[in-house]
Amino acid sequence: MRKCALSAMNDIFAAIASSKTVYLPVDGADGNAAFTKWEDGLVWSHALNTVRSPKDFFFPQTEDLMAFKTEGKTIEVIDIRKESEDFVIFGVRACDVKSFDVLDRVFLSEPVDSFYASRREHGVIVSLACSRPSETCFCGTFGIDATAPAGDVTAWKTEDTVYFEANTAKGAALLKDIEALTEEASDDAVKAQQEKTKTILAKLPLANLTTEAFGGGKTKEFFNHPAWEELSQACLGCGTCTFVCPTCQCYDIKEFNTGNGVVRYRCWDSCMYSEFTKMAHGNNRLTQKERFRQRFMHKLVYYPENNDGLFSCVGCGRCLSKCPISMNIVKVMKTIGGNNG
Amino acid sequence: MQKVTASQLIDRAAALLSDGSVSAVLGWKQGEFDYDITPAVFADEQALRDAFVWNDFCGANFSKYLLKATKKVDGKVLVFLKPCDTYSFNQLLTEHRFDRDKVYAIGIPCEGMADIDKVKAQSGDGIVSIACGETIQVTTLYNDAPVSVELADVLEERCANCKSKKHVAYDELLGDEGDVLDSARFDEVAQLEAMTPDERFAFWQEHLSRCIRCNACRDVCPACTCEKCVFDNPASGVENKAPANEFEEKMFHIIRAFHVAGRCTDCGECSRVCPQNIPLHLLNRKFIKDMNDNYGEYQAGAEVGSRAPLVDFTLDDPEAADVLDRRG
Repeated sequence: MRKCALSAMNDIFAAIASSKTVYLPVDGADGNAAFTKWEDGLVWSHALNTVRSPKDFFFPQTEDLMAFKTEGKTIEVIDIRKESEDFVIFGVRACDVKSFDVLDRVFLSEPVDSFYASRREHGVIVSLACSRPSETCFCGTFGIDATAPAGDVTAWKTEDTVYFEANTAKGAALLKDIEALTEEASDDAVKAQQEKTKTILAKLPLANLTTEAFGGGKTKEFFNHPAWEELSQACLGCGTCTFVCPTCQCYDIKEFNTGNGVVRYRCWDSCMYSEFTKMAHGNNRLTQKERFRQRFMHKLVYYPENNDGLFSCVGCGRCLSKCPISMNIVKVMKTIGGNNG
Repeated sequence: MQKVTASQLIDRAAALLSDGSVSAVLGWKQGEFDYDITPAVFADEQALRDAFVWNDFCGANFSKYLLKATKKVDGKVLVFLKPCDTYSFNQLLTEHRFDRDKVYAIGIPCEGMADIDKVKAQSGDGIVSIACGETIQVTTLYNDAPVSVELADVLEERCANCKSKKHVAYDELLGDEGDVLDSARFDEVAQLEAMTPDERFAFWQEHLSRCIRCNACRDVCPACTCEKCVFDNPASGVENKAPANEFEEKMFHIIRAFHVAGRCTDCGECSRVCPQNIPLHLLNRKFIKDMNDNYGEYQAGAEVGSRAPLVDFTLDDPEAADVLDRRG
């Protein structure tokens, strides 16, 4: 384990930024933290997490896929992919690190999404252990340890010191780059912080929420549950939950007429939207109840059914704090699953 | 603290349900953490006693919910309206968006609603419980004793700049009638107007570039009640689920502000629900301020049936050239 003074982090960021782009959570004028490209003097936020999740780095909201140019009777197909450059994301929380596993299973299974794969390959993740979880946190429900997040490097931040431990070859290489700025350290302070955090995690309001009732093979049990009606009653049909969610991965592919050509791009889509997966015959989910049900059934039943029991929720709590009507997966789990955690 | 209590509202609603005056109640439902309150339809007294809440976190404006509720419920829907909600209520009636005969509206006084982010700025994160009384008592995981927060210090922006404590529509009023207030709600617009165009562009660029196009502002807006929004319609040619570029990012919000100009009551729901804290209400207030300046004071929703300045030609209307001159 290596360590450096918290006050020396600007030097660490500068050293890494000399060869790679560095992103880190920075407090914005609006009071929220957001992943921001590091520049000299930018201060690493103390916020628990960002509103937008770091999935943006691998699966951006909009992305051009290819372009077409017509001239007379010929159409030129232009490959507009650029080679990704190496980048480092600093301060990714345990929940969000886990979300990359969920996304990987979608984008890296055959046929591999080359856009996503290239960015995954070039991205280095420095995770950050939690020490002050919020009431909206429930990563423990999904077996995630907030005190020991995965990632290429795990970092722990105490009042005045940052500790680093490499978990992968990429992570070891990164620590090598900053070796001169860090020193060898014992893990006593980290262990003490982990113990303390664990006692807090056990006291969180959602500490006893479990996934027991859910998983693959439960479609028949839950699909026609009478509670969907009431749960979805006030849903506005906006896309907030899906767009702040680190694991929501649905997208649409569309074309844009530039006047003298066509750009094909993809953008995030939301199962909450009335136009989601619209087909020639219309929309296959006619009411908001059906769209609402789809989102939670996908996370709690369909995804685990197709992915060895892995749930596609990581308990980050973003939808809990951002839904305009405060309806969310926790309320769904407690109502449908009879789980009073 | 609020002047009427939850139990007063529950008792009144229960009485109206039991004598058959209404068959459902639109109200605020308790959440997991005392502040995460969900709009809900309550069908019987037991449901009300189990989960109905009325406290400093009941910001949701139910006027738009009446569109759906009045169609779904047989008989009348009881709705509780805060003063600002009654303006949206009237505006929707002006636009013939729901059947007034299917609604029983109870006006309730409001002392302003708390912004949970502002509460947390004082109490810290890790909220275990919140008790709303004389002050707001916040118990957290990280403080030994509850932190006492004054409602006046943590008001939502729209409440700190409350435009009216007067109910402009109701069948029954609980508590005393309030007054239209002389608020400072246009001060920030005036500051924006005083900026140079470049400064103003930078201001909006900074805020609107955070937009994730979740449409929460549109979907919560009582003035946005089109059956099919042009931005959701693939046949419109402008349908889009995400901003294609920085230009379009701004266009969405500016077009929306134009579309609700003259109909926006300044209820502030758009800014309340924005997950990215974009001050969307400032766009709407700019239009309201301009209309006031150019055509005389007008408050959308102040009464049913009024014609908004932009759709009401009068011989006194200023000429376009005069308006341009005034801009300097």
